[in-house]
Amino acid sequence: MSAVASPLLSVRDLRIVFDGRLGPLTALDGVSFDIAPGEILGVVGESGAGKSLTGTAVIGLLDPPGRISGGSIHLDGLRIDNLPPEPMRKLRGRQIGAIFQDPLTSLHPLLTVGDQLVETILTHLPVGKAQARKRALDLLKEVGIPAAETRIDQYPHQFSGGMRQRVVIALALCAEPKLIIADEPTTALDVSIQAQITTLLKRLCREHGTAIMLVTHDMGVIAETADRVAVMYAGRIVEIGPVAEVTRRPHHPYTAGLMASIPSVHTRNAVLNQIDGAMPRLNAIPDGCSFNPRCRFASGFCREHKPGLPVSAHAAACHFPLMEPAHA
Amino acid sequence: MRESGPILTVSNASCRFDVSAPALSRLLTREPRRILRAVETVSFTVERGTTFSIVGESGCGKSTLARMVVGLQRPTEGALHFSDITRIDGTIGPPRVQMIFQDPYASLNPRWRVGDIIAEPIRELKLRQDEAAITQRVGDLLEIVGLSRTDASRYPHAFSGGQRQRISIARALATEADFLVCDEPTSALDVSVQAQILNLMVRLQKEFGLTYLFISHNLSVVRHMSDQLAIMYLGRFVETGPADEVFGNPRHPYTRLLLETIPDVEKPNRARRPMSGEVPSPIAPPPGCAFHPRCAMAADICRVERPPLRTVAAGALACHFG
Repeated sequence: MSAVASPLLSVRDLRIVFDGRLGPLTALDGVSFDIAPGEILGVVGESGAGKSLTGTAVIGLLDPPGRISGGSIHLDGLRIDNLPPEPMRKLRGRQIGAIFQDPLTSLHPLLTVGDQLVETILTHLPVGKAQARKRALDLLKEVGIPAAETRIDQYPHQFSGGMRQRVVIALALCAEPKLIIADEPTTALDVSIQAQITTLLKRLCREHGTAIMLVTHDMGVIAETADRVAVMYAGRIVEIGPVAEVTRRPHHPYTAGLMASIPSVHTRNAVLNQIDGAMPRLNAIPDGCSFNPRCRFASGFCREHKPGLPVSAHAAACHFPLMEPAHA
Repeated sequence: MRESGPILTVSNASCRFDVSAPALSRLLTREPRRILRAVETVSFTVERGTTFSIVGESGCGKSTLARMVVGLQRPTEGALHFSDITRIDGTIGPPRVQMIFQDPYASLNPRWRVGDIIAEPIRELKLRQDEAAITQRVGDLLEIVGLSRTDASRYPHAFSGGQRQRISIARALATEADFLVCDEPTSALDVSVQAQILNLMVRLQKEFGLTYLFISHNLSVVRHMSDQLAIMYLGRFVETGPADEVFGNPRHPYTRLLLETIPDVEKPNRARRPMSGEVPSPIAPPPGCAFHPRCAMAADICRVERPPLRTVAAGALACHFG
């Protein structure tokens, strides 16, 4: 799964600003990454790090006052960040599917799940009503909904949380998109259901060659689901690489701190490792490396020079990347 | 100051809710009454200065149990008993109980200054005589939870999720509380912030000899916090025991499945076969062992006879096998 051979999604130096009364606030500051066909890229970070914003920009649902102020997004060679609304709307759903955190609010409560699926299929694919319904039924079966023949005519409120999320996944799959943006797809679900959904996503990815951008704050979900992971902090990618590499041998002190702060099920430590302080607000991002006030290894150099993200398979935006396993 | 011995004894407590349709429509449709058994005959004791955790998925009754402990919900049957102790402030009587809620955005009044939020219980319980002493105490509490004295004059919106949870903890401590019921206190927080709050809670427990009833669905957090724990499924305890014992040697198939399904950063199980099925409705629980429809080991006896919670080693287990 190398991202080098013709990426499906290519984001280059993406910048998003929010225009406020006190001038523009930079929310996303030069984000670049690729996703290969059939690859799952995990995007992790704390609330406000810009991970959902990146996903929103890719599906073209960025609302004012937020706007893309620089960089580019290419999907399969086509530049999509500057597309007018109508072609973008056609692309969305057809080429890019979306799965959001709360399955209840992403479904229409007054339409049966069958109607919602059929409507989406008819919008994107050149098929008749009967064919669309058949496809809807197949999709429900594919995402593992038992007794799909009766469930298709039920309303969202008759489904449990996990089943609703399966319906949302079926909706995202309607037009066989090449890319799915999954924003915290398992956060609202119980652990046992969460495992069912991530297994389903992995299977779909394998069988259909769909690429997935998996946005979540749960490192465990990433470790079990993603091929590569991008760690975000204060609007930038601070580390990106193959998931096993990044979780076992993090190069960036922030990633190392994040990994060490996760309580373990296997052992009980008296004190958890913690990163003191909090992520800076958008209007108070420090000069130099944005992590420097919280970093144990920060020097004067870090306070003045912003580190870039080198282009390599496992890269960290840090002047003094950790080379030893940090949480041994 | 720290004593041992039970601080809370819960004996056969049940909480049922009547969720039937109105009487008239029941009469017309000949529908029977529908009773939701949120908590069924649950018994446990919490030792002073320890952490007792309750783990389970949504709808298993863990929050109802927490609400019963703080007195927001009366048990339908059974009893909860707080023992008389020497409290943190030296007085003798039942422990002062406070609750820390999951959502730090909803549990603080947005129109009150942080100082007033923390001072409210002090004023209400008349724990300090004059305003100067109250201000002093509020400042001390803010420092105890790792905020600054000057934060008292700010409003909750100026704080991040983790800082708000610190304010909630300060408010709970303001009553000289001995017993804190924490309902998913870190579920709404990011992992790095979660570590800060958990460390704070452990430090406070050591410093003040606090007792925690810790409710969570996150097994790794529970592993970190607990001395004793209970795994709950559909309103009943299925396994209880010392945390090391339950995690080291899980006996109930449900506990084992829970432990297997946690996504693990250290040993990612990428080829997992997830537990099938979902938690059944507590209005119509399956007959026999409530877990049998999802259990790989289920035999005929599991479908008819509900296993009682019996003592096993240092804990208890409700399973026909194991």
